[in-house]
Amino acid sequence: MATHADTAGVHTTPAQHEAAQSALAHHFDNMEQQKAATTLGMWLFLVQEVMFFGGLFLVYAIYRALYPQSWAAGSSHLNWVLGGFNTVVLICSSLTMALAVWAAQAGRPRKTQVLFLVLTAVLGLTFLGVKAFEYADKYQDGLIPFAGWFSPTDPETRELFTTHGATLQNVQMFYWIYFAMTGLHALHMIIGIAIIIPIIWAAWRERYSPEYYAPVELFGLYWHFVDIVWIFLFPLLYLLGAHLAAGH
Amino acid sequence: MSSSNPQKTMTAPPDWRSKLPHVNYLNANYGIKSWLFTLDHKRIALLYLLSISFFFVLGGAYAVAIRMELLTPAGDLVQSHTYNKLFTHHGILMVFFFLIPSIPAVLGNFLIPLMIGAKDLAFPRLNLLSWYIYMAGGVLTLWALMAGGVDTGWTFYTPYSTKFSNTYVMLAGLGVFVNGFSSILTGLNFIVTIHTMRAPGMTWFRLPLFIWSHYATSLIFVLGTPVIAITVLLVALERLAHIGIFDPALGGDPVLFQHLFWFYSHPAVYIMILPSMGIISELIATHSRKNIFGYSFVAFSSIAIAVFGFLVWGHHMFTSTQSIYAGLIFSIVSYAVAIPSAVKVFNWTATMYKGSISWDTPMLYAMFFIGLFVIGGMTGLFLAALGLDVHVHDTYFVVAHFHYIMVGGALMGYLGGLHNWWPKITGRMYPEAWARFSALVIFVGFNLTFFPQFLLGYMGMPRRYHAYPLDAPLWQVLHVMSSAGASILGFGMVIPLVYFIWSMRYGKFAPANPWPATGLEWRTASPPPTENFEVTPVVTWEAYEFRPIEEVKTVGGDNPDQPRAGENPLTGNR
Repeated sequence: MATHADTAGVHTTPAQHEAAQSALAHHFDNMEQQKAATTLGMWLFLVQEVMFFGGLFLVYAIYRALYPQSWAAGSSHLNWVLGGFNTVVLICSSLTMALAVWAAQAGRPRKTQVLFLVLTAVLGLTFLGVKAFEYADKYQDGLIPFAGWFSPTDPETRELFTTHGATLQNVQMFYWIYFAMTGLHALHMIIGIAIIIPIIWAAWRERYSPEYYAPVELFGLYWHFVDIVWIFLFPLLYLLGAHLAAGH
Repeated sequence: MSSSNPQKTMTAPPDWRSKLPHVNYLNANYGIKSWLFTLDHKRIALLYLLSISFFFVLGGAYAVAIRMELLTPAGDLVQSHTYNKLFTHHGILMVFFFLIPSIPAVLGNFLIPLMIGAKDLAFPRLNLLSWYIYMAGGVLTLWALMAGGVDTGWTFYTPYSTKFSNTYVMLAGLGVFVNGFSSILTGLNFIVTIHTMRAPGMTWFRLPLFIWSHYATSLIFVLGTPVIAITVLLVALERLAHIGIFDPALGGDPVLFQHLFWFYSHPAVYIMILPSMGIISELIATHSRKNIFGYSFVAFSSIAIAVFGFLVWGHHMFTSTQSIYAGLIFSIVSYAVAIPSAVKVFNWTATMYKGSISWDTPMLYAMFFIGLFVIGGMTGLFLAALGLDVHVHDTYFVVAHFHYIMVGGALMGYLGGLHNWWPKITGRMYPEAWARFSALVIFVGFNLTFFPQFLLGYMGMPRRYHAYPLDAPLWQVLHVMSSAGASILGFGMVIPLVYFIWSMRYGKFAPANPWPATGLEWRTASPPPTENFEVTPVVTWEAYEFRPIEEVKTVGGDNPDQPRAGENPLTGNR
């Protein structure tokens, strides 16, 4: 992250100064107060997000404890290679996001800011693309837990889901939770990409400077949060039954 | 902010009060757009006041129907399936669309920036958005009610709600889900505002206690509401997808729903009562003209109630297969909530001791609150006792208990607060005599409605039943008393509705500080200008530094907007 030495030598153009001034809402006394308020607001928003996802994590934990075999069987059929690839993609996107914040904070040229922001968006879209592919795969395998549709097409999968203590009904619950958690996570990714587009546009118009870069930083907080949720989702959902998959 | 500024008094137009209203947030601009797109926290508070009053009247209408059915033992007015919808609609409307948002969204919204000396809440757009979200949730719920209604009870207990109920559960659930985000945004806005927008010199321990209690409430909004949101979403999805998260026939656990539901809904009870407690602290200090006794104890008791509130949800599940040891802990922690609650009650009474107590309407409501809250709170301890709870669980004892807290506590505080700050909100006084009269009517009606229900419950009358045995004659006597009380209560509620509307046009003009009180909100004009203060106030005094009323009358008020010579500082009359 930028040190004081970095920012001290940075020149803020008069246009950027004006952009920063016009970003100050009328009811705040100064930029520091606005920054403190918006930053605290974003952290509180993330706190409520933790509680929101928390309900699902609780449901997951309880049924995993109740039906461990079904959980392992359901998990073993998830594609941990694609899940792992997506984990790497998201960690990289967190890096590019952090670099985008740095670029704005340290007053780097707009090209640098836009580059890192676009990279973040592209990595996010890559994640969503892989996720969509995974979902389609599950649909083909008949693993959509919805109103009686859940019926594995592959006999081997069906056997996996009904032996060694696993039951189809409980594996269906696993898939229900899988879709609920990853679906809610994907929704947050989509919202993130919708938000990053106007930020890229503003960065291109040179709105951000060491004086004013709050939107980039706050969006960064959100983006990192969404990544961290995935860091928890990946092992909890994909890696429970990896040893089982080896036998199949 | 010197307390007597002769310059200002002299230069004020001589008859601005009667002829030329100063520019304030109400007359700054006109037209429907200036209200629907307003970012002014005071106008948003009035939008909330209007919509919340609508839902309150509607919820009250369902209560009328319930009390009419219970006049006679037989289920003659409505049958059980209709009755189930009546109490469900009453509960959903009153809990989610009246009680939870009432004080925070109306008085909190209006007063928090004024009390801390800020121009607005930290996020004005988010504030307006939260009103629109509230309205969207309200429309969805109303749609569910009009389309055919819901019969699950406001608690949406599974598996009835997910599997058996053939009513509009999903739509109503969606309404509650959407409405939850309005609470979250309001809570987030309040916390950020209280942290970052305080005027110079307004330290944490100079804050009015109203702010402390709203801070505690906002913590619950932010930490609790997301959990009910995800829970209701799971119920709706379960109905749609037939996957057994809560349905035992499909491998799920219905008690898990109860845990998730009460993890929010018990703290939600404190969402209803804490803001009311904040109002009572203000009213008691102002209308006893004394510094609040034990300021920091009252302040921290709000936080303690919010924290304990998250640890007691299990006392709703003493009879639903919960482990007896878990029940033991939940019971003890529930008892612990009584400590901060008692701290408040004792400190309020100690504040009144040797104070110059006025009999103005806000003080009447404050005194009602103390009495009714003690009854409601103490019967809550009965219910937190593991053994006794088995006897009175799901009876009218519970109904009476939570109505003493929610109506006797939260609603009395809301009404007291509305009277206290009505002059600030509208710039007009309410008619004092009518207000005192209606307060007494409400008090009598309330007790007559709900006290008999304690007896009914103790005798075994279960809640949510539309009929009761003919051969239990005392039951009908008590039910008739309750219904008669409800009529009196309803009549008492109509009076303020009429005179509040009347006073907006015909009420006496209010001075800046009619009581006179010490808070910052009284040191700006009534009604306040859009930006709240002409100059950002600098706070150099502690909260509740009251001076004797005689001194105020002879030397002058506590604020720069002095009543002029010859004017009664209490009423603004010349």
